[in-house]
Amino acid sequence: MQRMQETGRLDAGEGRLRNLLIRGLAGDETAYHAFLRELSAHLRAFLRRRLVRLPDEVEDLVQESLLAIHNQRHTYDAGQPLTAWVHAIAKYKLVDLLRRRARRDLLNDPLDDELGLASAAETDAADARRDLGKLLEQLPERQRLPIVHMKLEGLSVAETARLTGMSESAVKVGVHRGLKALAAKIRGEK
Amino acid sequence: MRTDDLVTMLATGAGAVQPNQAARRYAAALGWGALGAALLMVTLLGPRPDLAAAILLPMFWVKLAFVACFAAASLLAASRLSRPGLSLARVPGVLAAPVLAIWLLAAIALARAEPTQRAGLFFGETWNSCPFLIAMLSAPAFVAVVWAMRGLAPTRLRLAGAAAGLLSGAVGTLVYSLHCPELEAPFIGFWYLLGMLIPTAVGTLLGPRLLRW
Repeated sequence: MQRMQETGRLDAGEGRLRNLLIRGLAGDETAYHAFLRELSAHLRAFLRRRLVRLPDEVEDLVQESLLAIHNQRHTYDAGQPLTAWVHAIAKYKLVDLLRRRARRDLLNDPLDDELGLASAAETDAADARRDLGKLLEQLPERQRLPIVHMKLEGLSVAETARLTGMSESAVKVGVHRGLKALAAKIRGEK
Repeated sequence: MRTDDLVTMLATGAGAVQPNQAARRYAAALGWGALGAALLMVTLLGPRPDLAAAILLPMFWVKLAFVACFAAASLLAASRLSRPGLSLARVPGVLAAPVLAIWLLAAIALARAEPTQRAGLFFGETWNSCPFLIAMLSAPAFVAVVWAMRGLAPTRLRLAGAAAGLLSGAVGTLVYSLHCPELEAPFIGFWYLLGMLIPTAVGTLLGPRLLRW
């Protein structure tokens, strides 16, 4: 029943979200921002339902899925339902998380389950436990600086290039590779 | 980091995305893979000496058409498996069609032949090297197709690995068929297919490791 409501909601929003994404892919940043913002609410509902027993993981996984969707946005086929594409990526990241946890739990007893430690996720906060900012600090400079200047401070490619002494194409490559490296760090950290 | 901050960070300076990247990557991968296979074939095996005469035979073109159709079908499989959430409903039928066609031709050839000739139609003269040479020639395309897939986002890694192997096998076979002296449908319908299944098995085994993202 809840599941029907959930898919129903994206179906109703599908056309609008898809429109925002397509405009975003064409270079409209405002539309892309709106797309990601609405998508994060949908992903949270989608993943919360599938991680009933691991509520603390939900927000981390929402962020991981958003990063994956951003990094793989070139694989969206405009003729394809957006819902199918988003859900396939979110499920892939969900299965990846469960596999990582299963491997870890084989090595360590999952103490937090046994002791019934209080769950931080009870309070609906949109804070992830994982600090992406800290992971960002581990990236090499040629990836970290372009991300910090362009994506956190909002400078243009040309300004970032001038500030860092890198070429404009190196700045673009640095952002692209840096975000992929960030996703790889998340995957490997546990 | 708050999710809203992440969203803002991702959207800032996101810029436009080049369209049709899957098609571009596959075009590059198939080009390099076929070139690599052709170089291997020319240096290690050489084209069949009677190639000029062979291209006048209808069966030469039937063989080439079978391999080309199979390559197109595996390209469809690989390109759909490289992107999240695309339907695979048509893939099994498209892959089966060229195989069933060559098997039908093989059945007709075997039925028409004298019983004593049937083994010859099936084994030809090169059955014991054909699958391995096909597997060797598919290696460059395998590397190239895995590169193409790694730049996209396969979510079913084992199947995607199998499709990468199948596609590279078909590219290798296309090049191999310019060297191979065999023209009989029973030979092609079994040994060529077996050769293409070797890289497919390798892809199935390595897919989860090579394609993870």
